[in-house]
Amino acid sequence: MIVQTLDISLAALVLTLAGWTVLAHGTFPAVVSYVAYGLLLSLIWVRLFAVDVALTEAAIGGGVTGVLLIGAASKLRNAALLATERELTPPLRWAIAALCVFTTLALARVVLSLPDPSPTLAPEAVQDIAATGLGNPVTAVLIAYRAFDTMLEKCVLVLAVVGVWSLASDQYWGGTPSALRAVTGYGTLTFFAQLLPPFGILIGIRIFWVGADEPGGAFQGGAILAAMWMIIIMARLADAPAIGGRWMRIALAAGPIVFLGVGILGFIATWGFLAYPAGFAKPLIIFVEIFMTLSIAATLPMLVAGPPIRAPRP
Amino acid sequence: MSAATLAGLTGAVLAGLGLYGLIIQPDPLRRILAFNVLGSGVFLLFGIIARRGAAAGALADPVPQALVITGIVVAFAATALAVALLVRLFGETSRVGSLAELSGQTRGDGADDL
Amino acid sequence: MIYDGIAAPVTNSGGSFLLILAVIIPLAGVLLAFVWGGRQVERIALSAMPLGLAIVLAIALVRPADASLQYLIGGWMPPLGVALRADGLSIVMMVITAVVISAIAVFARADFSMPADSMETRAPFAFWILLLAIWAALNTIFLGGDLFTLYVALELLTFAAVPLVCLDGRVETLHAALRYLLFALLGSALYLAGTTLIYGGYGTLDITLLAQRVHAEPVLFVAAALMTTGLLAKTALFPLHLWLPPAHSGAPAAASAVLSALVVKGSFFIVVRLWFDVMPRVPGPAAMQVLAALGVGAILFGSIVALRQKRLKLLIAYSTLAQIGYLFLMFPLAFPPGSTQLANGSALAAGMLQAMSHASAKAAMFLTAGMIYAELGHDRIAGLASIARTLPMSVLTFGLAGLALIGVPASGAYCAKNLLLGVASDTAQWWWALALQAGGMLTASYVVLVIVHALAPPPRPSVPRTRVSHYQEAAALVLALCSLLLGLILWGSYLPLSDDTVSNPLTVSALLGTLWSILGGAVLAILLGRWDSRLTRLPFAIFAPIRPARRAGLLVSRITEELDARLRQWPVAGVCLLAFLIVFGLALNVMR
Repeated sequence: MIVQTLDISLAALVLTLAGWTVLAHGTFPAVVSYVAYGLLLSLIWVRLFAVDVALTEAAIGGGVTGVLLIGAASKLRNAALLATERELTPPLRWAIAALCVFTTLALARVVLSLPDPSPTLAPEAVQDIAATGLGNPVTAVLIAYRAFDTMLEKCVLVLAVVGVWSLASDQYWGGTPSALRAVTGYGTLTFFAQLLPPFGILIGIRIFWVGADEPGGAFQGGAILAAMWMIIIMARLADAPAIGGRWMRIALAAGPIVFLGVGILGFIATWGFLAYPAGFAKPLIIFVEIFMTLSIAATLPMLVAGPPIRAPRP
Repeated sequence: MSAATLAGLTGAVLAGLGLYGLIIQPDPLRRILAFNVLGSGVFLLFGIIARRGAAAGALADPVPQALVITGIVVAFAATALAVALLVRLFGETSRVGSLAELSGQTRGDGADDL
Repeated sequence: MIYDGIAAPVTNSGGSFLLILAVIIPLAGVLLAFVWGGRQVERIALSAMPLGLAIVLAIALVRPADASLQYLIGGWMPPLGVALRADGLSIVMMVITAVVISAIAVFARADFSMPADSMETRAPFAFWILLLAIWAALNTIFLGGDLFTLYVALELLTFAAVPLVCLDGRVETLHAALRYLLFALLGSALYLAGTTLIYGGYGTLDITLLAQRVHAEPVLFVAAALMTTGLLAKTALFPLHLWLPPAHSGAPAAASAVLSALVVKGSFFIVVRLWFDVMPRVPGPAAMQVLAALGVGAILFGSIVALRQKRLKLLIAYSTLAQIGYLFLMFPLAFPPGSTQLANGSALAAGMLQAMSHASAKAAMFLTAGMIYAELGHDRIAGLASIARTLPMSVLTFGLAGLALIGVPASGAYCAKNLLLGVASDTAQWWWALALQAGGMLTASYVVLVIVHALAPPPRPSVPRTRVSHYQEAAALVLALCSLLLGLILWGSYLPLSDDTVSNPLTVSALLGTLWSILGGAVLAILLGRWDSRLTRLPFAIFAPIRPARRAGLLVSRITEELDARLRQWPVAGVCLLAFLIVFGLALNVMR
């Protein structure tokens, strides 16, 4: 394919924003440019015809990560206390820069020498997809062929939640991550928090649902649902739920539990762990994906909200 | 040079940038940002391999795409954990005193510089 | 039996289902404990232990000799699907993991049980779930047959290990945890970059298929360098060890034990898989010499700085650094004479034996340090004087664990050292033999330091405040004995050992060799170590006559400590990481 102006300008913009993220002098400008970088990066993914990845990068990589980092930047405004290490002397900086440039050149050289067209698993993936009843090969890879990796990754999310919660003070355990703060008037945030969620929920469910046959899926749809919930919490229209709540825990772990359960079902029924019997494959996969979406929608906001900072109500 | 190759070179440069930032930045939040840049650069490398692997009607090899989606979610979880640690550390430090003072106190104990 | 390459796997039959059970049990435990919460968390964790141990032993028994068990997940064949494979190496690591985690769980019951009157408390909830998650991640690493599965398992391991470091919430441990997390993430990113290039070059990430497809070319060299660097950052091999001492010494005792004993072995195991299973034909001896040179650096730095420590837990953490260096000595010795292909031979068996024996001995040491801390309220080495009277069992356990690490006959470390010495003489690499002997003495030095301080008479009569339960002492002792007696078990069907290399361990010359190591260690400890001032003034001590030598020795150790402090600054460690990446990549590329 001929390189078009769009590709070149996208690459230039992305590199500039990344450079600004890494080299800017203030933390807040760096974070803001990272959010913009994430969104432009998803355009590059569209140019690579990887629309599922573009959706995920925009939603999770740029969007939710951006919320997380902006929140962190504002909490850490007086972070001079944390920079115990001195700024590096210029000679050391140049040395490190030289080493990084060398590494980049080696990587670039290897990228250029990779086989084109590269050895691919697309024929096998498309060939076997009829057995799963799906139309989107990426979803098939995620939930069928490499279901084990996806299940492990869901467990990684649960672990991350446990890790974040373990950072709470002992007296706040079981409480909620939201601070008790009065809503200061009716602003833009409140307006959007009331306007967007109904549409966002519909869009999120729709993106999850079409993921079986077209670009989309549980991660992307779940991220949009998570975003809606986050905007409600940020606008103080509702509090983040207490971490000790039984339903909260079930919502967070439902995805991996159902995934594991379907796997064990297959194990017991001698199809094999995480194997899908012919004919039942698509309903089972959709069933797993529903709970995966629910878990993602619950996990991402809890990860952004952080550890509990208010004691639980007795 | 195809779009995929250009994206691959972009990915390599992003990885180098992220690596540089991760090493030289003294502020942990900037390091987390640099890690995210590094991660997205590596994912772009996967992306060009996916695009070059277009075959059998699929416009891009689905396996690398799935791996990248998994990687994005894991990177987000890592960022969330790191940010939570950082915020908690900041909270504790402002309660206890600056880390520089703390490291001055504890250095005699054979503890390392922080 | 020395065999090349991977034996023909057995597909989905005769007990292969046990492989997936070994991963499911701890994972299900994590999820169930998370949802159920409350006091059930501890019970779920403790019931998973015997179950998991039983499954691992069953796998060990069911595995056919000289073959691997294989389980195809979902029935999909690689390269599209993901497979779990259990060969001899996986089985021995899984067994030692199950044993060590069970012992740590028994120990941790005293520290991490929820009080009867509360609904749920933070530290126990987090600890048990994280412990189960570490177990699940390690089993997946040992069984995983696909490079990306190994990546996700590695991330699971890191996310489970980091919160354990800062479980007590102090500022120093939070800082150590953040540093650990960031450096580990750097490592994962490099590993993933290498995986990307391998997929781009060969179209699969399955280990068995890759072994057939890879050939020496720049893509592979860069990928291998990236992956190895990333994994070394997670294993904390010198000079990439900046995060380990504060992290492992700041964690609670049971957590330190699992971190030092098992978590660092996870990434080490992937290094072994990468070099011995995926690309044995690829590395030139030069690259492997670089790895082992770093190992020797780790042994020297770790041991000498350990001698300078004032706190017991920091000493043990630096000892872990040194022992990790030991593990990497096997790489240049794994080339059979006249071959440039890494073989599954005695060197590999020695490395695995060393890993196993270090796992149990180090866990025992950290548990002992925990008991000492609980008893005394501190873990300063200078203040250990009364402990031999109040906690005799703990001192004995520490001594046994130390002996196991030094390499007393019939211990795993002794067998490993013998195997490596044999290979070193076979391949005429005498410098590694020297390093091995020096390593033994250096290990002895810090063990002697601690034991002498513990046995010294206290300055004033001490009041025993026994807060240590017998279960805890028993758990630590069992682990130390495991390491001590590891050499007695017949590992022949799991490790690539030929029958004539397992020599009789109880010959007089073997015992004399150990004595020689201990004496040498004692000399090193006197010359280089930080001794309590009371001991240096005691009349029967030999410190006075050798004061000049001791001054020189202290200078050396102080310089080493200062160097270590410099190396553990973040930018310097970053430079070392990049330098190693480039040097290793060049060594692969150029010198073959």
